[in-house]
Amino acid sequence: MAYLTDRKRAEGLGSAKEGTHHHWWMMVSSAGLAVLTPFFLFTFAPMLGKPHAEVVAYFAQPFPAIVAALMIAVTFMHFKNGVQALIEDYVHGLARKIAMIAMICLSYAAAATGLFAIARLAL
Amino acid sequence: MPDVNRGNRPLSPHLTIYRPQITSISSILTRITGNALLISSLLVVWWLLAAATSPEYFAVADGILTSIFGKLVLVLSLWGLCYHLLAGLRHLYWDTGGSMELAWAEKLGWACVIGSFVLTALCLVIIGVLA
Repeated sequence: MAYLTDRKRAEGLGSAKEGTHHHWWMMVSSAGLAVLTPFFLFTFAPMLGKPHAEVVAYFAQPFPAIVAALMIAVTFMHFKNGVQALIEDYVHGLARKIAMIAMICLSYAAAATGLFAIARLAL
Repeated sequence: MPDVNRGNRPLSPHLTIYRPQITSISSILTRITGNALLISSLLVVWWLLAAATSPEYFAVADGILTSIFGKLVLVLSLWGLCYHLLAGLRHLYWDTGGSMELAWAEKLGWACVIGSFVLTALCLVIIGVLA
């Protein structure tokens, strides 16, 4: 019943020569986030519950705005790659592709929304 | 691929019957916290968008984030963030080839769990002082 060739059997199961890049990018983004996180946490969190005018004036300053923009961009790209590993492990077939596309779109949409908000607050 | 002979290889014990260990628990916690942080990340983006839109919209978003439920989500997320950060640093350290021995892996696992609570408390104090 061996209708499949040996090559066909092996295709898609081995290295696509991109795993190293994925791992390297996770290392780079996690190292970046390790530095960014305290800066973002201690600039963003104290603003929760503050009056609107104060929040707008605060994020109009260069440092909080740049930190927030970097945090948003790196976080959602780190999430995009991290959730990819989760989906690859637990979701299979067509559902995997749908989940992967949905999560990639969500990551870019959230990053774009966050960056737009920061740009509008800062400029 | 129905005609692939996968052989009669032994299977590793399934997750549900495998004894929980600090190595496995600290590993899966990294994944759970990392992915669950999506919720608070989206909340933060929403809060920023509201701030950029209008004072009225900001009042709505800020009201929800600073409500009892909102604070509960944010404090839990802060713990998740602290845990994921420590576990991530552990991975970066492991990537250098250090402390892969079981005894060390277990110590580092506990360091992430205990450290995450300490770090969360520390962050809450600092945020409280800054606010």
